[in-house]
Amino acid sequence: MVPFNVLIFAALSYVAILFSVAFLAERRAAAGHSDWLQSPLIYTLSLSIYCTAWTFYGAVGYAARSGLEFVTIYLGPTLVMVGWWWILRRLVRIGRSQRLTSIADLISSRFGKSTLLGVVVTVISVVAATPYIALQLQSVTLSFAVFAQSGAESWDRSDFNATAMWVAVGLAVFTILFGTRNLDVNERHHGIVMAIAVEAVVKLLALLAVGVFVVWGVAGGPAEMLNRIDNSDITLWDQDHGRWISLIFLSAAAFLCLPRMFQVLVVENADERHLRVASWAFPLYLFLMSLFVVPIAVVGLDLLPAGSNPDLFVLTVPLAQGQDGLAVLSFLGGFSSATSMVIVAAIALATMVSNHIVVPVWLNLQSNRQAMMSGDVRHVILLARRLSIAGVLALGFIYYRMSGGGTALAAIGLVSFTGTVQVLPALVGGIFWRGATRVGAACGLVTGLIIWTWTLFLPSFGAGAVISQSIMDFGPWGIEWLRPQALFGITGLDPLVHGILWSMLLNSGMLILGSLLSFPAPLERLQGAQFVNVFERSVAAPAWTRAAAAAEDLLVMSQRILGGREAQAIFEREAERQGLTGYLPETTPEFIERLERELAGSVGAATAHAMIGQLTGGSVVSVEDLIAVADEAAQILEYSNRLEAKSAEQERTARALRDANAKLTALSVQKDAFLSQISHELRTPMTSIRSFSEILRDGDMSAAEQGRYAGIIHDEAIRLTRLLDDLLDLSVLENGQVVLNEQTGDLSALLDRAIGAAGLHDSDLKIVRNRNEEAVMLSADLDRLVQVFINLISNARKYCDATAPELTIEVSRTPNDYYVDFVDNGSGIAPENEQLIFEKFSRVSDQSKAGGAGLGLAICREIMHRLGGDVDYVRRAKGAAFRVTLPKAKMGAVLAET
Amino acid sequence: MSGPPKTPIFLERASYKQRRLTDAARLLPIMGAVLWAIPLLWGDDDGAGVSNAHALIYVFGVWVVLIGLSALIINRLQDDDTAAQSDSAD
Repeated sequence: MVPFNVLIFAALSYVAILFSVAFLAERRAAAGHSDWLQSPLIYTLSLSIYCTAWTFYGAVGYAARSGLEFVTIYLGPTLVMVGWWWILRRLVRIGRSQRLTSIADLISSRFGKSTLLGVVVTVISVVAATPYIALQLQSVTLSFAVFAQSGAESWDRSDFNATAMWVAVGLAVFTILFGTRNLDVNERHHGIVMAIAVEAVVKLLALLAVGVFVVWGVAGGPAEMLNRIDNSDITLWDQDHGRWISLIFLSAAAFLCLPRMFQVLVVENADERHLRVASWAFPLYLFLMSLFVVPIAVVGLDLLPAGSNPDLFVLTVPLAQGQDGLAVLSFLGGFSSATSMVIVAAIALATMVSNHIVVPVWLNLQSNRQAMMSGDVRHVILLARRLSIAGVLALGFIYYRMSGGGTALAAIGLVSFTGTVQVLPALVGGIFWRGATRVGAACGLVTGLIIWTWTLFLPSFGAGAVISQSIMDFGPWGIEWLRPQALFGITGLDPLVHGILWSMLLNSGMLILGSLLSFPAPLERLQGAQFVNVFERSVAAPAWTRAAAAAEDLLVMSQRILGGREAQAIFEREAERQGLTGYLPETTPEFIERLERELAGSVGAATAHAMIGQLTGGSVVSVEDLIAVADEAAQILEYSNRLEAKSAEQERTARALRDANAKLTALSVQKDAFLSQISHELRTPMTSIRSFSEILRDGDMSAAEQGRYAGIIHDEAIRLTRLLDDLLDLSVLENGQVVLNEQTGDLSALLDRAIGAAGLHDSDLKIVRNRNEEAVMLSADLDRLVQVFINLISNARKYCDATAPELTIEVSRTPNDYYVDFVDNGSGIAPENEQLIFEKFSRVSDQSKAGGAGLGLAICREIMHRLGGDVDYVRRAKGAAFRVTLPKAKMGAVLAET
Repeated sequence: MSGPPKTPIFLERASYKQRRLTDAARLLPIMGAVLWAIPLLWGDDDGAGVSNAHALIYVFGVWVVLIGLSALIINRLQDDDTAAQSDSAD
């Protein structure tokens, strides 16, 4: 026999060990050595809080009463874990990207950060979890009682109550100590997770040890065990089909929806890859937990006197066999199951209660901004969370007291599951269907809650307790369709299956109907897109358009929630990111968005949104804002496109202007040169005319002198006139204003005219011609052509420096052109000057005897261009040769050669 | 701007295998559900039903198979979501 005091001592030592494990883990994590604290193994073990005392003790009793049905409670979670790819992968990713703090936060956040939905889910969760916590207290109390009674103490009601109360108080202290150290729920509770992992190992070992003892120690091996099972009174397979399927579904759904499971699966998840390991390791854990349930039940029924409580076989079989050590281990296993579940459930529920009920209410009470700024939000939230933990445990204890701790409590496990599962349609709809709206989710949740309460929860207190027997039999006000266990007049269903079926069907139906008929708010649509498309790298759309909040205000508020150092670090990081010096960043919408998410990690999405909303002057995004933003973006885009086009055009214009400017500058330079040339050319004869006319005016000279001077004046005047004529001529030619008079004539005659007009009478220039070659008829402005010839001949006269100057005029023809070459026997033109001679005012040497202004050749070239021909300087072995090209096409086409 | 980047129609062998492994991971829970529903078909025409040991071994056997297959698939499945990124190509 184990003395009761020894058992108490063992339990207290175990608790002390758990405290130190939690404490050391916290220390280790704080020192930064959290590597193995975040291993997949710890994650998998932490999931074991699914196996509560109800399953630790109750599974054997369940098997003894209903055969294999007990296993459905494990099969559902196995399927969910094995099918992690479908839901859990998505859920964990969403939880991490949105910094979700609880399942209520998930629902609230998904449907537009709705406070109302958060409250509804919180209420459902608390109502559903309370009986379950009571059940844990009962298990622990009962297991204590087993030892006490085996020690021949007889327990009465007050002993039970006192034990339950001390257990509840102890759990509350532990949870508050390690569960509310930091506000940010996303910062993992290393201490608690580690303690839970230890407890998971203890309860598995305890159950395995009892199982091994039963199979090998009592039955004598697996084969004998199977024999015993076959021959026992239990019928393992005698299933109501509806119950089998419903229960597998129920446990699978509960696994996803239980707040405590969400806490360990999603919130405490440190690495998405852990899920992959857990997907097979956790089913293995469940498998091992249930492997020996049937053997223990069978052996217990065989060994123990009829009427023993099969729920306690795990304890009583070793005790009856005198295995005290094993019995204590088994007790610790059950204790572990109960405490780990209660601790995590209390944390999860407290987070929900404080974030979705207490803080919003508190914020509302302090609706003016000054009041909020002056209070310490951080302190308030932590206090709220601690009080919530105490409150949740108190509720469980009160429920335990009120229910009387009898067998009625055992039946409520599945009822409680069904209540929790009412969140499933909103959850699944929310993460897979973008069309699910807040209205739909609220309708579904409320409908499900009502039906669950009516068909399962209220009847679970026993007929006549809350709902009178007559209502059970005939419905309220005699409406048979509303009978709690036969809705719509359909009778014959198992009450549990009936409740699951109708609540799930109507819940989902209302979700779909409400979603189809309502239109979601913009924030809902944004959140919906982010949740459903969590695997597509979707960028968060800005939820804040006008950042009216001052950075100081935001910092003050964040400090109150996150703590001074963290908040300042966030602000500094942001300032650095924005490239600002100092500590306060610009309050851009992106920053506010990020900050809100940080705060959401502490107080939940809806509250964070509301708090920031108060500071930013309630500038919550609206459809109009979204449209305005979209419009603005489009306008900016268009404007920038236009700007770009304009700037390209301007650049082109600028380039054209630059070119024009360069041309103008060059022209201006040319003009200046031209003007200075002209003034120089004009001044020389004018100077002569002026000086000689002055001499004449003074008189006092001979008549011969007078005649000579007048002659000089006359000559100079003629030169001036010629210069002006030339200039005029050139100007007319260059401007294309010249009028050509077409005539037909003989080249030979033209040359005669030119030679005659060239003024050769006082020159010794000898002209050599071949008249036969010159027999060419031309059609052109012959006067102009003669002008060219005259110019070329007089040039030869002026510039030919040979002692016996001679000009040969040669006419030759090619298929296209006639060439008229004027070849003299002088020294010719230096090669470097060849390019210049056709320019205006160019004179190769400054032979003043030339007497011209240097316009002659320029005029010649202009004339020839007008006539369609050309005049070039051609290099000859000896002397200068000017070639006049006369194109046949232009001049000879109508002519017949003579 | 052109449309979304085109995904290839056919994948190389390694990616193809990964794709099929994710298919397997998706189908595994469905297989489990079907296998565990099969006992519902066990006839009780002779009134005695199925033997206890038989039922026990079947249910737990399916369990072991599921755990084993799941571990096998996870082991082969590559670390990230590359396999899941686009489901359009096969």
